[in-house]
Amino acid sequence: MTAPQVEVLLQTILSGLLLGGLYALIGIGMTLIMGVMKIINLAHGELMMVGMYIAYVLFSTFHIDPYLSILVAAPALFLLGVFLQKFLINPVMKVDAIIPENQVILTVGIGMVLANIATIIFSSDYKTTPVDYATKAWYLSDIWKTSPIEISLSLPWTVSFCCALAITGGLWFFLGKTDMGKSIRATAQDKDAALLMGVNVEKMRVVTFGLGSALVGSAGCLFIPIYYLYPDLGGQFTLTAFVITILGGLGSTVGAIVGGLILGVFESLTSTYAGMGWAPVGRFVIFLAALIFVPQGIMSLFTRKRFGK
Amino acid sequence: MSMLEVKNVSRFFGGLAALTDISFSVEKGEILGLIGPNGAGKTTLFNVVNGFYGPSEGEVLFNQARISGLKPHQVCIRGIARTFQVVKPLQRMSVLDNVIASAYLRTGSRAVAETKAVETLKFTGLYDDRDIISKGLPLGKRKKLEIARALATGPEMILLDESFAGLNPTELNESIEIIRNIKATGITIMIIEHHMKVIMSISDRIVVLNYGQKIAEGTPEEIRSNPLVIEAYLGEAQNA
Amino acid sequence: MKKYLPLLIAGILALLPLIGLSSYWMHILILVIMWSVIGMAWNLLGGYCGQVSFGHAAFFGVGAYTAGILYNKTGMSAWWGLPASIVVVALFALLIGYICLRLKGPFFALGTLAMGVILRVTAENLTTITEGDLGIMIRERTWIDKTYYFYIILILAVASFFVVKKVIESKLGYYFVAIREDQDAAESLGINTTFYKTVALSLSAVITGLAGAFYTNYMGYIDPKIVFALHDISIVTIMVVMVGGVATFWGPFVGAIIMVFLAELIRSIPKLGAAHHTFFGILLILIIIYLPNGITGDNPKLKRLLRMGKTT
Repeated sequence: MTAPQVEVLLQTILSGLLLGGLYALIGIGMTLIMGVMKIINLAHGELMMVGMYIAYVLFSTFHIDPYLSILVAAPALFLLGVFLQKFLINPVMKVDAIIPENQVILTVGIGMVLANIATIIFSSDYKTTPVDYATKAWYLSDIWKTSPIEISLSLPWTVSFCCALAITGGLWFFLGKTDMGKSIRATAQDKDAALLMGVNVEKMRVVTFGLGSALVGSAGCLFIPIYYLYPDLGGQFTLTAFVITILGGLGSTVGAIVGGLILGVFESLTSTYAGMGWAPVGRFVIFLAALIFVPQGIMSLFTRKRFGK
Repeated sequence: MSMLEVKNVSRFFGGLAALTDISFSVEKGEILGLIGPNGAGKTTLFNVVNGFYGPSEGEVLFNQARISGLKPHQVCIRGIARTFQVVKPLQRMSVLDNVIASAYLRTGSRAVAETKAVETLKFTGLYDDRDIISKGLPLGKRKKLEIARALATGPEMILLDESFAGLNPTELNESIEIIRNIKATGITIMIIEHHMKVIMSISDRIVVLNYGQKIAEGTPEEIRSNPLVIEAYLGEAQNA
Repeated sequence: MKKYLPLLIAGILALLPLIGLSSYWMHILILVIMWSVIGMAWNLLGGYCGQVSFGHAAFFGVGAYTAGILYNKTGMSAWWGLPASIVVVALFALLIGYICLRLKGPFFALGTLAMGVILRVTAENLTTITEGDLGIMIRERTWIDKTYYFYIILILAVASFFVVKKVIESKLGYYFVAIREDQDAAESLGINTTFYKTVALSLSAVITGLAGAFYTNYMGYIDPKIVFALHDISIVTIMVVMVGGVATFWGPFVGAIIMVFLAELIRSIPKLGAAHHTFFGILLILIIIYLPNGITGDNPKLKRLLRMGKTT
């Protein structure tokens, strides 16, 4: 490989990791909901879309930086998630139906309504937040003067990645160290045992759905400086989140991070070497490969099989 | 000649051994009781015989042919039917339809399957409940439905997993009667049961498991006087 | 009487064009019947066998593109796409089944959803075969008069109805429902669940694919965004069945009538047209919460309401 080729490869992998960090944030939200509620939230991408529009409105009317708008979007999405869980999803979980996938179909309905309302309010035009640092980049040679190869990374991508890391870290602390976080994890592991130990399972479900929504909403705010926005963009991110959760093993937070990074790098590689249009196909090739070869998720390769019934 | 032979079967889950080196055989036409404290590995053994799990080591032979490694439906077609400890009725089907679904195993004809199903329902005393949607059936009858469904597949051997648990005394007597009648038709039976009096009275031979190992095998009398069994199981159960 | 009801309804439908309906109404009728066909197909797999597919657009699209590509590449009539789609869609169904049927419950649903998207993106990018986003145009329309199309889709619908009915009342039907109700129990009753799920999927896919091949001929234009659409095909398919009645013979027909008329109604009201997904979404949510098994399905709530209506 010649030096320019190495540069392209490294550049591709690094951009992939940055993208993967953001994907991980989306995936964690989905996997949390999946773990605690045992349902798949197909409105996940649409919730992210709502977060992005919040950031867009704040930017275009008040010129608030998209990164700061997380402070508004995350609580707003939390409330939206709580509302959806309490008044729509929870009642359906109690309904007896021939098709047990009712709740999944319900979240599809929620997603449709959200996307459509966004179309009505904002039209289906592509929107961006033209921040002045959008096209700025930093170069490896700025830091390491004698570097033999040159790599440049987009500044907003890097900032978004760091924010995603910080949020993930915060979540880690919340789930690991606080009482509520521990209760959520207990509910995910064994609902009945948690109930017996005095955990308010109903409340944990509501909080988890809110939390998952807030996470993906924040991811939306991190995406908007580097991405364009349109009402139907939710669907592709729902699928991305789903692919990440399958890759990482259902309900595993660490798995979601690993899955997100793998997916980011893989997509980055496909768009560099096979063309932009094929990037989504790459995503699904990896998804199918995971389904066929590692149905328990990537993480199962590293951990020993758990005791099963 | 043995109908079912379990040869040196072990089953591990991760590092945990649920079954260790189990060997025994079931003779044609007998009732073999399988007992042991909770978590002894009885249901796991059923799952291995029935094909839900493959054995980690060892093999299972049925009529001299190896069945371990086959899928549950293949084992069923070869003539071993089972019931579940946690009953699994086909909820939204009527009792009759539940049994018809299993009677279809040996025929493609609706008429033949229905005749077989009606016959089985009369045999198990569920005929009057045939039109009830099985979701609405009380536990005692669900347990009977499990047996009826297993019988309708036309098995040579039937595995009964705690078919008596949770029954009231009347239901219990009816079920014991049903099992005796099954034996009379020539079907071999292997049964897991916690109810000591019942298992002692209906079994021809008994195998005792504890912590995944076989600790005893013999006639009910031999088992009753076996010190190992008394220590591991019976003492505790009789006091209870 | 009940035995002849399907024939009676088919007969009435067959006479409808004779009363001189406008071209617009013929179009609506054709859509209703086409959606009934897709709904019946989905119901076979989802309603009876319990394998909820979120990706029936995959089969619809493959059927549509079989007809389109056959016409575009060989110059043969796109009508040959109907028989050809049976083979092509069946092969796709076997492949998709092999991958997705190892997933259970909601994960099967998502697996099929992903399949639909994969096929859409592939169709968008494989421009040498599919013409990509440009789509395929059938330049010589067979008939201007919609009556012929109406009879073709009607024949397809009647045939599908009897195939589904025959299957459901046979051993296969019992096995499908057994798999839906409890897969482990079914397996231990000697039912080869993987095999029968594949049968259900293939049958369902082939019928859906035929509807897709018909669509190409009828509309005369297809592109990946139309025929592989997630919301407008896959989700509407589920809605047709859920609104009409899950695991019933007539549910898909009732659902298709409601959905097509609703779509036309919303579209005809100025300013509301853009919001038709919102209405569909809200309808879907309401149906799931209040009539989870559809209008003609087994609904204690609806029955109680009706009984109350009678006594008061």
